[in-house]
Amino acid sequence: MEIFVQQIINGLTAGSVYALVALGYTMVYGIIQLINFAHGEVVMIGGMVALTVITTLVGMGLPLPPIVLVLAGILAAIPICMALGYLLERAAYRPLRHAPRLAPLITAIGMSMVLQQVALLIWGRDPKAFPQIMENKSFIIAGASITSVQIAIILMSVLIMATLTWFVYRTRFGIAIRATAENVNVAALMGVDANRTIAATFVIGAGLAAVAGVMYGTYYGITHYTMGFMLGLKAFSAAVLGGIGNLAGAMLGGILLGLVEALGAGYIGEFTDLCRWPLVDGLLVERCANGGHVVLFGSNYQDVFAFMVLILVLVFRPSGLLGERVSERA
Amino acid sequence: MLQAVNLDVHYGGIAAVRGISFAVEKGELVCLIGANGAGKTSTLKAIARMIPSSGEIHYRDMRLDNLPSHDLIRHGLALVPEGRGIFARLTVAENLTMGAYHRNDKAEIGLDLQRIFEMLPRLKERAAQVAGTLSGGEQQMLAIGRALMGRPQLLLLDEPSMGLAPLMVEKVFEVIRAVAAEGVTIFLVEQNARLALQTCSRGYVMESGEITLADTAANLLADPRVREAYLGE
Repeated sequence: MEIFVQQIINGLTAGSVYALVALGYTMVYGIIQLINFAHGEVVMIGGMVALTVITTLVGMGLPLPPIVLVLAGILAAIPICMALGYLLERAAYRPLRHAPRLAPLITAIGMSMVLQQVALLIWGRDPKAFPQIMENKSFIIAGASITSVQIAIILMSVLIMATLTWFVYRTRFGIAIRATAENVNVAALMGVDANRTIAATFVIGAGLAAVAGVMYGTYYGITHYTMGFMLGLKAFSAAVLGGIGNLAGAMLGGILLGLVEALGAGYIGEFTDLCRWPLVDGLLVERCANGGHVVLFGSNYQDVFAFMVLILVLVFRPSGLLGERVSERA
Repeated sequence: MLQAVNLDVHYGGIAAVRGISFAVEKGELVCLIGANGAGKTSTLKAIARMIPSSGEIHYRDMRLDNLPSHDLIRHGLALVPEGRGIFARLTVAENLTMGAYHRNDKAEIGLDLQRIFEMLPRLKERAAQVAGTLSGGEQQMLAIGRALMGRPQLLLLDEPSMGLAPLMVEKVFEVIRAVAAEGVTIFLVEQNARLALQTCSRGYVMESGEITLADTAANLLADPRVREAYLGE
């Protein structure tokens, strides 16, 4: 039971990060049907920028409270990532707006590599440790522990998702973004400049990515120039799970994926312990004696779950959990 | 108010509109009739800058052919596209909000919304509903209402009767007449020639990308060529 609650907490935390990243994928896909594979790298750069800022501030020896340090990191990462998101759209994708869909997709993969290499040049090939700036207090819930960092990540991502939902559903510009996503040509007749709304989705997505990058860095305590790759793929899987193009879907998909992954990692060892399987334990009597274990897959296989989910969704429900569309009557 | 000179539209190597010229004066209700595939929709799309064209399009004192589509409504030109083009996943209210997207006079927008709800009460009943769930006729009303939210001086309508039941067509045309009576200039493209000519003051007949007849609506209704080809007599 403790393991279960603990993994739920861990899953919610990781899921919050996935959800923020998945929103970036899904918003861009919703409006121009492009899977922006460079999005994971924007997250990585957000983490790297924050790390640099925080490390520099700590190095200066100023007696700043940890919360100020983290905020400084986030506030530096957001505008830099937003500028990067805008630049990606402007320089790499806009010229291909009317090209066949494969062209921008391949460009996105190319931009992902370019950004990784740029990060490699700036920050080097070794993993960078996030400075331990805050004492990570733990609270006990139902036998499991939740840290102050986890609480902060979950609360912050809920707040951000609520704000984004309000923006997209309640403001004029948000409605224009949704209208553009549905029909660019008709939105233009209403005076909506498609280039502006499309650029805006990239910029907003990149802002969310920046925050996610800082969260990831502070949570796992480490950043690396390749970290955007796996994180990006998982968040993409989350967006597909929820129904790509659907905002609520990305949030739901992110949280679910985090939970599946955490529970999978928490229980896979137990389920693949051959000593618990009645059929084979005869052969393994010696090794299983005295409470021994023969575990086939350990929690280091946790990455498998995200992609199993992706495959299952693509096979059984390609439109995702919330991916149903209202059809327009002819 | 609107004048096209030698307007040409090509799709690849195929000419859809072949050097047509026509004009719509301020306050007029002019229609463009013709069979399916005659080039009527292409003509409207070219005016609204949704497709490239050659030739000149004059609107008020400017050349439209240099402007992007999203600048037109700011100059008072609105198009209700073929197939209505409503945002099916947005609510009725949101669709109407989009119609006034280019405007900043919040109070006036609110008044216009009330006016449109009075004129089209069905939209008010369904304001919170997702537009894709409306019937075809309601969607057409929404498309027209949305265009009116932009306070157009020139309204282009593409086949407003398409796919609607006869009773609904009557209602849509009542709305069109009411809008024209308010002083909005209207250029109406329609396959239903009889209804169009009964509504308009002047008309153009389009055939295979060319304008073959241009006259007052009354004369066109009496013209034996029109009667035979478009009125089924």
